[in-house]
Amino acid sequence: MSNSVISVISRFLEEYTTSTPNKLKVVDAYLLYILLTGAFQFLYCLLVGTFPFNSFLSGFISCVGSFILAVCLRIQINPQNKGEFLTVSPERAFADFLFAHTVLHLVVVNFIG
Amino acid sequence: QNLSFQLNYPHESSASFSPNMAEHHTVSECKHKANPNAGGSLSGNGLSGGLTQPAGWQSLLSFTILFLAWLAGFSSRLFAVIRFESIIHEFDPWFNYRSTHHLSTNGFYEFLNWFDERAWYPLGRIVGGTVYPGLMVTAGLIHYLLNLLHVTVHIRDVCVFLAPVFSGLTAISTFLLTRELWNQSAGLLAACFIAIVPGYISRSVAGSFDNEGIAIFALQFTYYLWVKSVKTGSVFWTIGCCLSYFYMVSAWGGYVFIINLIPLHVFVLLLMQRYSRRLYIAYSTFYIVGLVLSMQIPFVGFQPIRTSEHMAAAGVFALLQAYAFLQYLKDRLTKQEFQTLFFLGVSLAAGVVFLTVIYLTYTELGCLYLYSVYAKIHIPIIASVSEHQPTTWVSFFFDLHILVCTFPAGLWFCIKNVNDERVFVALYAISAVYFAGVMVRLMLTLTPVVCMLSAIAFSSVFEHYLGDDTKRENPPAEDSSDEDDKRNSGNLYDKAGKVRKHVSEQDKPEEGLGPNIKSIVTMLMLMLLMMFAVHCTWVTSNAYSSPSVVLASYNHDGSRNILDDFREAYYWLRQNTDEHARVMSWWDYGYQIAGMANRTTLVDNNTWNNSHIALVGKAMSSNESAAYEIMKSLDVDYVLIIFGGVIGYSGDDINKFLWMVRIAEGEHPKDIRESDYFTPQGEFRVDKAGSPTLLNCLMYKMSYYRFGEMQLDFRTPPGFDRTRNAEIGNKDIRLKHLEEAFTSEHWLVRIYRVKKQENRQPLEHKLRSVLAKQKYTSKKKGKKLNKKSV
Repeated sequence: MSNSVISVISRFLEEYTTSTPNKLKVVDAYLLYILLTGAFQFLYCLLVGTFPFNSFLSGFISCVGSFILAVCLRIQINPQNKGEFLTVSPERAFADFLFAHTVLHLVVVNFIG
Repeated sequence: QNLSFQLNYPHESSASFSPNMAEHHTVSECKHKANPNAGGSLSGNGLSGGLTQPAGWQSLLSFTILFLAWLAGFSSRLFAVIRFESIIHEFDPWFNYRSTHHLSTNGFYEFLNWFDERAWYPLGRIVGGTVYPGLMVTAGLIHYLLNLLHVTVHIRDVCVFLAPVFSGLTAISTFLLTRELWNQSAGLLAACFIAIVPGYISRSVAGSFDNEGIAIFALQFTYYLWVKSVKTGSVFWTIGCCLSYFYMVSAWGGYVFIINLIPLHVFVLLLMQRYSRRLYIAYSTFYIVGLVLSMQIPFVGFQPIRTSEHMAAAGVFALLQAYAFLQYLKDRLTKQEFQTLFFLGVSLAAGVVFLTVIYLTYTELGCLYLYSVYAKIHIPIIASVSEHQPTTWVSFFFDLHILVCTFPAGLWFCIKNVNDERVFVALYAISAVYFAGVMVRLMLTLTPVVCMLSAIAFSSVFEHYLGDDTKRENPPAEDSSDEDDKRNSGNLYDKAGKVRKHVSEQDKPEEGLGPNIKSIVTMLMLMLLMMFAVHCTWVTSNAYSSPSVVLASYNHDGSRNILDDFREAYYWLRQNTDEHARVMSWWDYGYQIAGMANRTTLVDNNTWNNSHIALVGKAMSSNESAAYEIMKSLDVDYVLIIFGGVIGYSGDDINKFLWMVRIAEGEHPKDIRESDYFTPQGEFRVDKAGSPTLLNCLMYKMSYYRFGEMQLDFRTPPGFDRTRNAEIGNKDIRLKHLEEAFTSEHWLVRIYRVKKQENRQPLEHKLRSVLAKQKYTSKKKGKKLNKKSV
């Protein structure tokens, strides 16, 4: 059982490294970084406590929000998904990404207190 | 279907329209045998105005119709302003007006941090943290902008006319939403319906400066942007939806409806196997950015991650992440058996997580849904609000007229031709119908969706019965051109004529429409719509246009008799009492006293502190001495009551008295018992047969003080209460600790001053008794004392 799971994972990783274009790999690296940042924040909150709760929340939501927006960007610039996004060209996707990040970070900065 | 041209927005590319049109196209081809030529011209039109003339006229017509809808909505809300004056109505709007006034005079940060010590007397109220600031900020912003342009309007006029202006914006956003759901003609119909429908007018007349006036606009606009973002999958539209959702959160507590309906929509789409990447992008972005935006409102605070009403959104978010991840893996892994192993493992984990979340919330959510039922019956203060009563069938028809009959037809059309956004509107309709059945107040949430679905129904009917003529001509022409090849060309017209008859004969059994039936049906529909318009105007004029601060009655000759007692009394308070005087009254009038009389009140319509209200209720229902103790402890200077016995006004405090008793009994069950105020037979009577506790309580004494000397007309005895139709029992009322300060012209408002304690308390001692004592002869020697009796 575990053998098959490990082999599945290794095959998946191999297929991932060969078949995904570089643009998407950059986005995936960014996603990993955001994930680690969010995990660290959560770990800190568990260890030290939630005293300025709004600050913790704004930081954590900033991580989650950046992650989600990067995933949306990845979906929209993936050439395999082109049939589904007729109005959204990759440039438009990136512009939307920047706009969404502006709004998100303005609110996060307001909420951090 | 010929009428469904799109407005040419320059930034929209044509490609976005073609999937919609293709969809509409297949629908219409199933239904009406649409001509492929007509279809070709439709898709060509979206691109570049290939047929500029019709497209231009279509845009102009749409613009004119929307403008007229705005104008109609604005004008039909002005009855109260024309009949009386531009004044704030009812009770709640007075608090909103006072807050907006505070905002416009002191600035935004002063408003956000405002602690109001003139409400809830000893406790005060943190206004900044307990109010939805959207309404005040909107009015304040408009006032600021207009004054910046040197158009000097008073803040009161901005507040009075805000709701009618926003009704026009609601009509436009309903048009946009319905156009996304169906087509442009349905959108125009929906805009016209919602502009005049009484269900929405009731909460947005000129003068009703309340949250719902702007909240319904925010609701419709948020839903439009949500549908748009699901359709396009673009993050831009989703962020727009989040910003509109933020406005809605700032405007009304009903934002909970949005944050539950949208996750429900996503969940149902997942169940219907309509998952798509656009859906994932739309919902994930909406949830996260909407979450952090909604927590910026101080009143909402951390509720979105703590309370059960918001947990469904979080649960669906987690589920969607898991589902999307699984979809991604599914696309990657090709080997079936490994994939299913992996799939099973991860889906089990996701399912367990989801189930625990659902279990945790449904134990609370179940309580929440039941709470509304429980609260209505068992918590007296919620049960006593008239807007929380269940809806009757009459109110459905009264508020919606024929729309309530045609809206199921529209719902059926949506379900029959289902796509992602029509699932949304079907869920919206079903949940709105449930909530509208629970409380009269929630008819307001039903009204927009009823307008939209009825518009869809009407639009489909009109298309079916109006739009077929032009489509019929072409098929016969095609058939005749086929037949022409076989026959002589000289007999073209004859052949065409024969062929046309032939084809139309073939059509008749299938369509079953003749010009007679079409015109009859069209005429009937138009008559229904005209009756609807007449009904709406009549209802608005008669039922929803009373300011309720000013009462009007009509004499036999039709002339109007205005009863301005409320304002008379409030202005007396304003001008004749000390600025820091404290006024005790029942909570209904708190906001009006604070707004018009500008005096400190003890309890007001916010009703956040049940114990404080119970204390006031206890004071009103106890006898005068016990009440005086309570009034002393609360530093009350004046007591204000409403008494309708002289004019027959049925909303006075004696009619509300039982609620005061019930609320007081809830907190002080040993001192106040409701059964004491009824006769032994169980009746509530104010005449001689009434219970002695009732006849001696403070409210009774204050209402009927000196009323026993007043004879209204020669047929009735003095002291005849017109509202209860009874002669009062206790005519000789003496007040020990209060004195009458003011009674308005028709005795509607009575104000009493609470007297300070006496400087010297008269001793309560028994009078010396005069006894006839027997003469006592003392055997002792000595002087006989003079035993005189006093």
